[in-house]
Amino acid sequence: MSEQQFEPRILALICTFCTYTAADMAGSARMQYPATVRVVKYLCTGKVDVMHILEGFEAGADAVMVSGCEIGDCHYLEGNLRAKERVEHAKRLLEEIGLESGRLEMFHIGASDAPRWQEAVKMMTERAIELGPNPLRKLAEIEAAAAVAEEEPAPVRALAI
Amino acid sequence: MIVAERKPFEEIKAMLSGYPRVLVVGCGTCVAVCLAGGEKEVGVLGAQLRIAAKMAGNGVQIDETTLERQCDREFMEPLAKDIGRYDALLSTACGAGVQLLAELYDDKPVFPALNTNFIGVAEGPGVWTERCRACSDCVLGLTGGICPVTTCSKGLLNGPCGGAVAGRCEVDPERPCAWGRIYDRLEATGRLDELAAVQPPKRHNIHVQPAQIVHLAYKRRYGL
Repeated sequence: MSEQQFEPRILALICTFCTYTAADMAGSARMQYPATVRVVKYLCTGKVDVMHILEGFEAGADAVMVSGCEIGDCHYLEGNLRAKERVEHAKRLLEEIGLESGRLEMFHIGASDAPRWQEAVKMMTERAIELGPNPLRKLAEIEAAAAVAEEEPAPVRALAI
Repeated sequence: MIVAERKPFEEIKAMLSGYPRVLVVGCGTCVAVCLAGGEKEVGVLGAQLRIAAKMAGNGVQIDETTLERQCDREFMEPLAKDIGRYDALLSTACGAGVQLLAELYDDKPVFPALNTNFIGVAEGPGVWTERCRACSDCVLGLTGGICPVTTCSKGLLNGPCGGAVAGRCEVDPERPCAWGRIYDRLEATGRLDELAAVQPPKRHNIHVQPAQIVHLAYKRRYGL
């Protein structure tokens, strides 16, 4: 894929009180940044689970950003610290299976720091382009299209025992 | 409890090659507590296996389920109705659970995702140390609750070997001298005179492999 054709899809797991507010401000101020992020809004990044990150990559995300409050400023006191540890652990899990840990990053962006949000998205976009598309992306797109076409629900992986 | 650790990912991946439909069977007891094979770890391992397989272009189906535990048959019997859909089982239980699962579903290959290490306790979140060797001849009442079998490098039963340097074991300087600790604890509780009695050698012969225990109340049921 040439650089022109490859538009990275970046999953952003962000907290309501800080990063989402910053992103909102960036939008209001018409700050320009690549339209590559898909935002999932959490009340607090402390709720981000390692599985959410892995499922993001399984679904074909080229990169995942987790962004919470600045250290010491978490609205729920320590959620961003937990997220930081979990992101580090998830990076190890990715390296184990041969997926570049650079595709995942933790950010701490305060509510008034719209320029940092803009910077973070630009940085992750560049990184995703550099690392190339997620090897699973094509397959994930095919599976999703098939599920829609056949009006079938996505495969259920957990047995109800 | 039993403490185990997940095998290296590459080893697990290699075990499963050639099996297109795999069920990862978790255990909710000891291995869940030591963060090796519980529901969470099964979810993570399943996701890792699926991502790795897809990266390699292999079509695999990796499903997950976690049972209360795998050392009692009744928790594994409900699997029977779905087991036909899979070519292999990957168990994240300890060695005992893997064996019982394999016995119950003996027509399917069953692979262990963990290495079972020891009987131990949690020292703090994420740290477990060996405490018990299951020697079948417990002397903890005589040593102030400190096991000379697991904590003394030489497994001595009647006091220190005398080789300790600054309270550290001469065999493994990382460890404190077990008998130093035993002495200190008995001294602190005024029970030093209990050490005067000489303990006979450990009865290793009472621990037969594979060991089996039949509860007194059940002996008649099994004709014993």
